[in-house]
Amino acid sequence: MAKIVGGINVTHVPYIGRAIANNLQQDPYWKPFFDGFPPVRQWLAKVKPDIAVVIYNDHGLNFFLDKMPTFAIGAAAEYNNADEGWGIPTLPPYQGEVDLSWHMIDSLVEEEFDMVTCQEMLVDHAFTIPLELFWPGQHPCPVRTVPICVNTVQFPLPKPARCFKFGQAIGRAIESWDSDARVVVIGTGGLSHQLDGQRAGFINKEFDLMFMEKLISDPLWVTRYSITDLVELTGTQGVELINWLTARGALLGEVAKVHANYHVPISNTASGLLCMEAV
Amino acid sequence: MNTGRQKRAIPGTTIFDGDVARKGYALNKMCFSFNSAENRAAYLEDKEAYCDKYGLNEQQKKAALSLQVLDMLAAGGNAYYLAKLGGIFGLDMQDVGAQQTGMTKEAFKAKLVEAGK
Repeated sequence: MAKIVGGINVTHVPYIGRAIANNLQQDPYWKPFFDGFPPVRQWLAKVKPDIAVVIYNDHGLNFFLDKMPTFAIGAAAEYNNADEGWGIPTLPPYQGEVDLSWHMIDSLVEEEFDMVTCQEMLVDHAFTIPLELFWPGQHPCPVRTVPICVNTVQFPLPKPARCFKFGQAIGRAIESWDSDARVVVIGTGGLSHQLDGQRAGFINKEFDLMFMEKLISDPLWVTRYSITDLVELTGTQGVELINWLTARGALLGEVAKVHANYHVPISNTASGLLCMEAV
Repeated sequence: MNTGRQKRAIPGTTIFDGDVARKGYALNKMCFSFNSAENRAAYLEDKEAYCDKYGLNEQQKKAALSLQVLDMLAAGGNAYYLAKLGGIFGLDMQDVGAQQTGMTKEAFKAKLVEAGK
């Protein structure tokens, strides 16, 4: 059966793509963010995943409000990035893993997570930037991928308790796949930030650090909160941290921290990085 | 469960729920079209005609043409889509944040740095 080697949660911000394109990794503004990644790359080199299941949210590249799925999964041989309208470079295509996608679809629907299935799916910066951070400059990306998109745009959003259970179902789906593949689960987004309204620029460092700690020791802690609670505590876009929670759920049992980094600000966002492996 | 449900107010914050999504559909759809370079150029060519093509109401059109983010939010805009309109004019998230909070860009950036301490 396939093996989950661990999980990595990380912030996605479009401007990270521009910083990479302009080689600003050691610029004083960006250094505290980019310096978080070498230990994660070393861990990846050690655990050697073949496949990445990437849990993220689309920002209006593949999905619009005409059809807005709560949970969607890619089932394509290849995923293309495309122009998102804000001038960040478009990255080359990513290889899919169609057999795992369909196995996951069967397993998730059997577990009553009724997925929207996508045989064509554009992937935006929330998918591409984390892969670019973990495997910098490697085109094509050395892992095959399965994208899973969670609605964080139009409310109602799936509540934290539901996301955690969704993640557990993802974990069981991967581990029941008849393959010797090694799989890393990636969750992207957050941490606290708010782009819109008079409260723009809102950041909650105390909550973010607690969330990162609890994700290791007691992930059910965050399921006490409603989505509205999370908006209040972390901002309108901070709520993207449900993708981190989903990825943590997929790791099933106990986990240990491999590496963590937290830095404020990247653009208007509190940036976080958390690499975990099963114990 | 009905549209008369109680909503919890968070100061300075709009929850982009069904009511807002219905109100803002035309504006957001126009912004979504700006994924295409051709459409971005067409907007710059004739902004008003482009707004009309997407069926924006007067409130949405005025807000979009003035690039006032709080007005666009009040007209049902969503931050993720509005960012594509802002991108046409080279506005970054600190420009947008400063505008909405009535601060200078430098003060807004300083506020973000302060939040990390």
